[in-house]
Amino acid sequence: MAVYRLKTPVSEKQVRELKVNDTIYLTGTVVTARDYAHRRALEYHKAGKKLPLDLAGLAVFHCGPVAKKEGNVWKIVAAGPTTSARMDQYEDEFIKNFNVRIVIGKGGMGKKTADAMKKYGAVYAAFTGGAAVLAAKAVKQVKSVEWTDLGMPESMWVLEVNDFGPLTVAIDSQGNNLFENVQTKAESQKPAIYKKLGVN
Amino acid sequence: MFSVHGAGNLLVTGELVETVAFKLLQLAVTELPQDVKDALHKAYRQETNQVGKAQLKAILDNIELAEKTCSPMCQDTGIIIFYVKAGSQIQGLDQIESALRNAVEKATCEVPLRPNAVDPFTQQNSGNNLGRHVPYIHWEIVPGNSLEITVLPKGGGSENVSALAMLTPGQGVSGLKRFVLDTIIAAGAKPCPPTVIGVGVGGGADIAMNLAKANLLKPLGEPNPDPELAKLEQELLQAANSSGIGPMGLGGKTTVLDIKVDYAHRHPASYPVAVVVQCWAARRASAKIYSDGKVEYLTHKVV
Repeated sequence: MAVYRLKTPVSEKQVRELKVNDTIYLTGTVVTARDYAHRRALEYHKAGKKLPLDLAGLAVFHCGPVAKKEGNVWKIVAAGPTTSARMDQYEDEFIKNFNVRIVIGKGGMGKKTADAMKKYGAVYAAFTGGAAVLAAKAVKQVKSVEWTDLGMPESMWVLEVNDFGPLTVAIDSQGNNLFENVQTKAESQKPAIYKKLGVN
Repeated sequence: MFSVHGAGNLLVTGELVETVAFKLLQLAVTELPQDVKDALHKAYRQETNQVGKAQLKAILDNIELAEKTCSPMCQDTGIIIFYVKAGSQIQGLDQIESALRNAVEKATCEVPLRPNAVDPFTQQNSGNNLGRHVPYIHWEIVPGNSLEITVLPKGGGSENVSALAMLTPGQGVSGLKRFVLDTIIAAGAKPCPPTVIGVGVGGGADIAMNLAKANLLKPLGEPNPDPELAKLEQELLQAANSSGIGPMGLGGKTTVLDIKVDYAHRHPASYPVAVVVQCWAARRASAKIYSDGKVEYLTHKVV
């Protein structure tokens, strides 16, 4: 359960050293993307269109923040993670095409994503769901906001963060999946729990 | 702000309702009721899994910071639902809905709340948390002369794992227990555990769901006044917490903070069971406006 302080861009080598249960504090550029930003990014890639910024070595954050404009400057008020499972349908292609090294979210991701992480070198790092003010505290600056037509939560927010964490590595690039382990164990408890409840 | 009409009847004005509803929205998203904070502190004290305990620590730190800075504790400030208990003698009832909508629009801008009302066909976010049937208002006409307003900002992550089962009467209580447990385990890490679970039984699909969700307005840790239901709630709570899913689904003792069950009589052919899941940020805020215009906040200390 080592503690890493990483700076973006993160290299494949750096990310392959991380193991489940390790803790990361991240400094640098984090880009938010939810369902529709993932979908659009992949549509852009397919059409040969460039994304608003190069995501290689950066962290993608499953988050739809609350932001407030003070004068001409956006300020992040609350920025906790959203449920990552919804992005499972896009994330393998996202990792493959854009070389993101860290995916930050909550609730874990499935096998398809974990396989891509193993193949291309990336990790999934969990931030405490709902801990939005703690997350916002780590945001030093909104560098830009892209695709605002998608609405505030779905826009792509390019954030400069400092010591963002603690992030728990929950899927590593060796194919270990902490959420899946907990879930499998819970499923295996079912017969014993049914028995205790007197469920037939 | 308000005026008293006739023989002490409350004449609600849009202005007063808007002011109170705005305050409720702000309180709800920035500060948890004491019973929820107590339940989370208790979970933290009892947790032995180090990863799970670290999650609870982050939750507690976050709650404190949100309160101190008057910021929304979670970026998902929910779909806004109001429960209104209107005294039958109140005048000006027709002003309440527009006042609540105004309060939501103002809170979106000033608290701020995340704009969370999206047209399901055009995918356009309205930008102000107003939309068709949003905010949703549950009306109850009660005897008397006061107006009670409760706001429930309901997050999407936990709502997404809520479920309804139209069981057969033969499956009955045994089927209910199985369905509640299966729903909690299938939800796993997704709804930001430790969660609060509302269970509604009987009535019909809509009635069961409504009862399940209204359970989220009850204070945590208070046993059901019906001893049989209190027993069932405890049994389900222990079952859920023996799953080991734990805080944020990273493992641990507390998967669920509390389970609340309510019921309606059922059709002989039906046995509906609704399970509504609420994340750890079990936000709610209530206030009562009396006939003399006095406002009492029921869930929060307001100075």
